[in-house]
Amino acid sequence: MIHSLFLINHSGDIFLEKHWKSVISRSVCDYFFEAREKAVDPENVPPVLQTPHHYLISIYRGKLFFLSVIQTEVAPLFVIEFLHRVADTIQDYFGECSEGIIKDNIVTVYELLEEMLDNGFPLATESNVLKEMIRPPTILRSVVNTLTGSSNVGDTLPTGQLSNVPWRRAGVKYTNNEAYFDVIEEIDAILDKSGTTVFAEIQGVIEACVRLTGMPDLTLSFMNPRLLDDVSFHPCVRFKRWESERVLSFIPPDGNFTLMNYHVSSQNLVAIPVYVKQSISFFETGPCGRLDITIGPKQTMGKTVENMMVTIHMPKAVLNANLTATQGTYTYDLTTKVLVWDIGKLNPQKLPNLRGSLSTQVGVPKPEDNPSLNIDLKIQQLAISGLKVSRLDMYGEKYKPFKGVKYLTKAGKFQVKMLCTAHFSTNWRSEYI
Amino acid sequence: MAISFQLFFLELFYTTNAHTNFNSNSSSSCGSSQPAWLKYIYPLNSQKCTTLVLHLNMTSPTVYPLCVEQTTGVVVQPQLFSVPRNEDLKEMLESNKESLKLEAMKRIVGLIAKGKNSSELFPAVVKNVASKNIELKKLVYVYLVRYAEEQQDLALLSIRLFSVSLALRVLSSIRVPIIVPIMMLAIKEAAADLSPYVRKTSAHAIQKLYSLDPDQKEQLIEVIEKLLKDKSTLVAGSVVMAFEEVCPDRIDLIHKNYRKLCNLLVDVEEWGQVVIISMLTRYARTQFTSPWTEGATFDENNEKTFYDSDSEEKKEQTEAKPYIMDPDHRLLLRNTKPLLQSRNTAVVMSVAQLYWHLAPKHEVNIVTKSLVRLLRSHREVQFIVLQNIATMSIQRKGMFEPFMKSFYVRSTDATHIKTLKLEILTNLANEANISTILREFQTYVKSQDKAFAAATIQAIGRCATNISEVTDTCLNGLVLLLSNRDETVVAESVVVIKKLLQTQPTQHSEIIKHMAKLFDNITVPMARASILWLMGEYCERVPKIAPDVLRKMAKTFTAEEDIVKLQIVNLAAKLYLTNSKQTKLLTQYILNLGKYDQNYDIRDRTRFIRQLIVPNEKSGALNKYARRILLAPKPAPVLESAFKDRDRFQLGTLSHSINSKATGYQELSDWPAVAPDQSVRNVEVIEPVRNPSSSHTPYHKSDSESEEESSEESEKTSTDSGKSSSGSENSSSESESEQKKKKKTKKAPQKKSKPTAVTTPSFGPVKTYELLHHMTGKGLSAKYHFPRQPCLYEPSMVAVQVILTNSSDHSLEEIHIGERSPAGLNIHCFNTIERLEPEASVTVSMGIDFSDSTQAANFQLCTKENQFSVSIQPAVGELLMPSTMTEQDFTKEQGKLLGMNETSATITMATANTSSQAISKQVLSVANVGVVSSSQNNFHRFAGRTVSSGALVLVSLELKESSSALLTINTEKSVMASMLLRDLKQALTQA
Repeated sequence: MIHSLFLINHSGDIFLEKHWKSVISRSVCDYFFEAREKAVDPENVPPVLQTPHHYLISIYRGKLFFLSVIQTEVAPLFVIEFLHRVADTIQDYFGECSEGIIKDNIVTVYELLEEMLDNGFPLATESNVLKEMIRPPTILRSVVNTLTGSSNVGDTLPTGQLSNVPWRRAGVKYTNNEAYFDVIEEIDAILDKSGTTVFAEIQGVIEACVRLTGMPDLTLSFMNPRLLDDVSFHPCVRFKRWESERVLSFIPPDGNFTLMNYHVSSQNLVAIPVYVKQSISFFETGPCGRLDITIGPKQTMGKTVENMMVTIHMPKAVLNANLTATQGTYTYDLTTKVLVWDIGKLNPQKLPNLRGSLSTQVGVPKPEDNPSLNIDLKIQQLAISGLKVSRLDMYGEKYKPFKGVKYLTKAGKFQVKMLCTAHFSTNWRSEYI
Repeated sequence: MAISFQLFFLELFYTTNAHTNFNSNSSSSCGSSQPAWLKYIYPLNSQKCTTLVLHLNMTSPTVYPLCVEQTTGVVVQPQLFSVPRNEDLKEMLESNKESLKLEAMKRIVGLIAKGKNSSELFPAVVKNVASKNIELKKLVYVYLVRYAEEQQDLALLSIRLFSVSLALRVLSSIRVPIIVPIMMLAIKEAAADLSPYVRKTSAHAIQKLYSLDPDQKEQLIEVIEKLLKDKSTLVAGSVVMAFEEVCPDRIDLIHKNYRKLCNLLVDVEEWGQVVIISMLTRYARTQFTSPWTEGATFDENNEKTFYDSDSEEKKEQTEAKPYIMDPDHRLLLRNTKPLLQSRNTAVVMSVAQLYWHLAPKHEVNIVTKSLVRLLRSHREVQFIVLQNIATMSIQRKGMFEPFMKSFYVRSTDATHIKTLKLEILTNLANEANISTILREFQTYVKSQDKAFAAATIQAIGRCATNISEVTDTCLNGLVLLLSNRDETVVAESVVVIKKLLQTQPTQHSEIIKHMAKLFDNITVPMARASILWLMGEYCERVPKIAPDVLRKMAKTFTAEEDIVKLQIVNLAAKLYLTNSKQTKLLTQYILNLGKYDQNYDIRDRTRFIRQLIVPNEKSGALNKYARRILLAPKPAPVLESAFKDRDRFQLGTLSHSINSKATGYQELSDWPAVAPDQSVRNVEVIEPVRNPSSSHTPYHKSDSESEEESSEESEKTSTDSGKSSSGSENSSSESESEQKKKKKTKKAPQKKSKPTAVTTPSFGPVKTYELLHHMTGKGLSAKYHFPRQPCLYEPSMVAVQVILTNSSDHSLEEIHIGERSPAGLNIHCFNTIERLEPEASVTVSMGIDFSDSTQAANFQLCTKENQFSVSIQPAVGELLMPSTMTEQDFTKEQGKLLGMNETSATITMATANTSSQAISKQVLSVANVGVVSSSQNNFHRFAGRTVSSGALVLVSLELKESSSALLTINTEKSVMASMLLRDLKQALTQA
């Protein structure tokens, strides 16, 4: 299946290669570089490429390309999913997935790759299993290792590998038994020029951090499970019980994991926490334009909106921006034409406002495409969909664990289309339909 | 060159310590160059880890020259710069310090990772293969696998024990043809190993061996066949992978394992699931008949009726055709459905494609939501999923229409994602939603990404041709775009307008005039060429303008691009035919220019046109037809999706993604007209105690048939009951929850430090008892059975599954358990069921602590309005848990439970019950005990423990001559013993 893997950095250097079958020359990557050049933006490189003898499937993450070489038919998602799993594992082990980190830990990474794939077929991809075989580096351990000469490689076969609960390592012991669940919701929305919702939905995820001794069997139930429209689970969740009783019953992996992803149906009205009043205009005469943005809270359920940030991709013709913000700071990147306004906490009494003039290039016709606003925000202690965890029960172990649930709402892909005034109407649809 | 080289003889014995013999005879071509052979020896201790010991005796004379070269410093592959560094690595490797060696190996692996050559270190590295340090060993392994192919002879030397089950992995990863026979042997041995992990490794090794030596195919197929029978979820994925690689055409190997694979699927690791699902898709297409009823070959209208809720009648009509889905077909669909909720996108996609290719048309819709969910995943995942949706949406608009907004383009999307979304939106467009879609498109046209804007214009063109209501609107909109400042937008608009006008040329002279006016400002060759072609084609509609355009073109002819020149020649020719008075001279001028053009295409075309239109003595009959040739009505171009013909490939495959057949792609066959024999999938009674991994899993006659019959009748209930019955069919295929519970029981008794360990519960056929009749329960009926699993809630409880069904015509609310008696009864209730719709049923599990007595547990089953007293009285056999022990342990334990603790009876066995299978079956149907493997044919032993107190219950049956037998039960619980004895006696004496 997966023949070889090449890790390629932003500037096109191959800094790691791993072959699971016979060695394939790195010249195969030339086809990829060609496509990479053509695509201009690294994100635009097509994930699947065909070369005379091989197929190249790549992902782009953290400014790195993970490029796998395939020789025969295989489901492309299989490969893509695996490559992401590799990146996840590296992130899990070393805290981030970057060129520097991989180079620093090249031996561990290599050992990981060796364990994750056998003859091109995934072998051990569960982080609990991998960590038993190859222990993640910590400062303490590296000191101990140098002193005692012991190693990072586990000398036993991971027990999880053999059991029916492959995601949990055996013999877990903690003095403090605790289970934390973070319910994180993201609002994806597109608001149109007048502020009405074109499209809005909520994506949720429950991140868990479970540190429990032994083999606990947990049951998590919700006050209002009917809200959940579409769900996907960590393999540990018993699907049958979810179907019949709408509770999450599972033997958790040890440590951090994503318990479930969900989607709140778009039929339910999605509360939009903020409103935006904005206008941008470019004058027909003279090289300048105006910008005026005000943001205020809308449906926040009494909670404060934090970490507000507005990002606008300006048209190419905008040379500079001369603005004043009543709250927070703004930056305008001249090369990428991105305006970022970092507001911080949203104060309902005094609404933040950003206004001023934009200078455009002389002689160039005024921009005709309307930029759109991307909004970033955070609301602590609120799941915007109204989802509530009602209880967590533990079976199979005697002790009383410490339990906690945290809620957080974030903006996902939250876009507001900008109103562009003083602009001749290209709105041909309204005329003809 | 009599340089001595230390070579190790690899002689490995049962011990892990390798003896390293040094041979200092470099020219020993005599040596004992016997063929390499090896042996696997299994230590007989019952530890889980299975040590694979390679026993290898070999001396290969060919090895020496290479080694000598290495030691004298004649580097085979000179790497000028790396030589000094490598020298130093070599020194480190040869040092005595473990840490130095480790450091050196790490650096070497670093070199490999960077793609630098370090093959000259081979001898030095390989020597460390004997190291005891596991990390060092693993690193050597990494090195070995990388370079073995290049240094085959040396690699052979290194073949030796690595550690535990790693051995086969290492062995099989070394691509050296000479070890093929060794590998073959190793694979065969490992395939029969006790540890599923080792068997998994052997499945992996099959593929490796096959790629090394395809001649071994036949033998490998035998191993695959054997491994396919394996019941372990760990092995299933890997062996199917091997099957796909080695013998994908041997469908016949799957028959017997089909049902097992379906049932195991949920518990297989996610990567295995993908492979199995794709294999089963192919299998199903060859074995079942098409569920797509006649007439459902797709036209949109027909499809609509499927989804309209009020068209029940129609539905009935279509289903009236005598199509009955094969129960096995249904089993596959049912068992894959939960996987749509997987976190692994590849699994979800593979289930989606399975439904697309196998499910009845009206069931495919259930995958939509999951596919749309995948769109929130990584960019690359989106790309593949969108490609597949694009193909699906051509045939089935209805599937994705409700999710149209999910395909709206965001400014942050990558270009290829945007284009795909556009494609899907276009596919989804219909009369109802076209205005919304066009409004959306309108914003896309203004996008800064010009390639995307151009694609949008193409899409508008497609909408315009597909939906006649909006053709005019689109055309007008596109004309407006002609005054756009961006050249590519204009050019694309022209091209699209040209295509649109061609489809309905009657009333559009205005637009052609408008385009003629714009002509001077348009510089994109394709657009210019398009306008010229339009002029020529419809020159009679614009009689005044066309000659003027030609005049202008005559002036700029030489400076134009080739495609424009060709169209100028065309325009000239057409005008000459229709309006020769005004254009004769112009045409001749242009033809003269063309005659001397640099491009031979244009010279050719000019010559051809001249002969065709200008009458002279040489031109023959063709001249008369010139008008008919050039001005013939031309068929309008069809604007269709680029994904139109993608459906020739199986969805989700690489071939589908690149739209061309990838190496190794296997076509999905068409449905057979007549279904092949269904009985091939029937599994005969499987011998008990054959499975080496869990040697105590008794099997009973597969009751899948009966299960599937019920599934025909009511889908709903069978999904619930299917769980338990599939469990009885195959002990390792119980659904996930059961397996997890099983894991728990392993622990519980261990704590009590009993000499025996409890493992897999055994499963007999499930008997269902009535708890509440629907007449007495005012519509609520309840049945229960003992799933014979360890109870989830407390180890001392007996698990009970209750199936609640609402037979009334109104929904029942708040079903829960009320008062119970005796007062101290310990019951773990199920969660309150808030609402049960009419005809619906739900399975809930409870735990009851019977305290090892058959006294009934009484409690009240309450709904919102009513309370019903019910009671569960367990058969004595249900109060037991299977226990696993060896024969020796059994006799030892039996020895402790004599006298008072022994109850026995001589019984006359029914003739049907004399075979060992029948006995096990009968005993297990009565009591939840485990089979103890027996060395004597006439002795049958079963062991269990009581659930509450964990007291041992030992059942032994000694067959005597003439169908009489001695049945003995040893346990501290004498009351239970006598009851059990009675039950067993009854079961065994019955025919």
